[in-house]
Amino acid sequence: MITTYLFYFLSFIAIMFALMVVLSKNPVHSVLYLVLTFFTIAGHYVLLNAQFLAAVHIIVYAGAIMVLFLFVIMLLNLNKETEPQKSTWLKASAAIASGLLLVVLVGSLKGAETIVPTNTFNPNIGLIEKLGKTLFGEFLLPFEVASILLLVAMVGAVMLGKRSIK
Amino acid sequence: MTLTFLIYKAILVVVVFIITLLVAMYSTYAERKVAAFLQDRIGPNRAGPFGILQPLADGVKMFMKEELIPGTSNKALFIIGPSIAMLTACMTGAVIPWGPSLTIGGETYSLQITDINIGILYLFGVVSLGVYGIMIGGWASNNKYSLLGAIRASSQMISYEVAMGISIIALVMTTGTLSLSEIVQQQHGWHWNILVQPLGFFIFLICAFAETNRAPFDLPECETELVGGYHTEYSSMKLGFYLFAEYINMFISSAVISTFYFGGYNMPFIDRFVHDPNWLAILGVVFMFAKIAFFIFVFMWVRWTLPRFRYDQLMNLGWKILIPLSLLNLLITGVVMMRHEIMNLF
Repeated sequence: MITTYLFYFLSFIAIMFALMVVLSKNPVHSVLYLVLTFFTIAGHYVLLNAQFLAAVHIIVYAGAIMVLFLFVIMLLNLNKETEPQKSTWLKASAAIASGLLLVVLVGSLKGAETIVPTNTFNPNIGLIEKLGKTLFGEFLLPFEVASILLLVAMVGAVMLGKRSIK
Repeated sequence: MTLTFLIYKAILVVVVFIITLLVAMYSTYAERKVAAFLQDRIGPNRAGPFGILQPLADGVKMFMKEELIPGTSNKALFIIGPSIAMLTACMTGAVIPWGPSLTIGGETYSLQITDINIGILYLFGVVSLGVYGIMIGGWASNNKYSLLGAIRASSQMISYEVAMGISIIALVMTTGTLSLSEIVQQQHGWHWNILVQPLGFFIFLICAFAETNRAPFDLPECETELVGGYHTEYSSMKLGFYLFAEYINMFISSAVISTFYFGGYNMPFIDRFVHDPNWLAILGVVFMFAKIAFFIFVFMWVRWTLPRFRYDQLMNLGWKILIPLSLLNLLITGVVMMRHEIMNLF
């Protein structure tokens, strides 16, 4: 019972903070609201008994990636004067396009409540021991491929960051 | 989830919180005494016997000072900054096992607030959030020195988190668990992890210095270059919060180092002399705090012995020495753990 209330509470504040990310005028505030949104999503993971995922979500997204975002935005020092002015046409077309996307999303979710899950939810699936065994057993190859992808991205970032080689 | 359980946990939370604050308070006194000792001075000795009331006097002074919020600052974030610094500093105490379980009237009472099975990740997550307090405070001050201090702090903390994480992974490989209470139980007697992971311990120690922004890594508040660093614009108790958070972080880091590498509440051969489990638990808490006190002393010893790094030296040490070293440590740990399988290959 408590988990249901917690779910609705977390969902409500997640959407609130996500809206604030878009609506706040100050980019630094946007980043901080995004961090709070990540916290609420981590809360959802905890409700699903996926503690490992929740902790890693906080460490990676809130602890590292958003710090870098904040870093860049603080250094750029964005404010009213430097804000690029967009024409009214552009704004109107953006509003219409995203509104249509919303309609599509709502339409696709309309029938979702009638779908019955075929396999029952395993509450131990998110615990770290189970997760590790699954990742290094059943999904070993995708896991290794994903790590190679990350390695390639890392090497690429270093190459781009380097001064040009003569 | 009985009511007594909830009440007990609530009391434990309050006690840990109070002890954290008390230790942090007396760390400021200890810092000045240690500095005085290392510089052949006497140190504070006016307030009370041996200056023992000095932290109270400092606290009262901090509260009584005029509160200044700069007119050009971002007011909300200016207040949120030190609050986050203090909050994240106090959150980490929740997963540290302060002692073995007490048994009173047939019921066991654990001296750990919560034993989650991802304790290490929780600690790591909260530590990685600590940087927000400094960054938000430094940016909201709207002062270039504050901003420079905040940027130094955050890049330093991100850089050293990598090496710290890798050294912890090597530790997790040998212990096979992420729960702090299990890690301590495995180190019963003299099976301390320092004997298994000596290199990992040194990397972790250096990174702990960097994460707490203590000398020789206190570049975010380098007076000669940055006036006061990220808290240049802060006054009164908001400044007090920043300084206090540093001491709490130092206390928690010492507790984590003793838990990970020095057996936590364990002491070799103690169960030969004491047999009653409750007395063992109480002695365990005493040993834990003795180890913590020693590491706090090490923090201070280093601060008053070593000069500050230059910023490029700091980054070189982090990225070019500590990360390769910690990767090497990871490799050695893996090879030693799998030695039988490797031998079977030939």
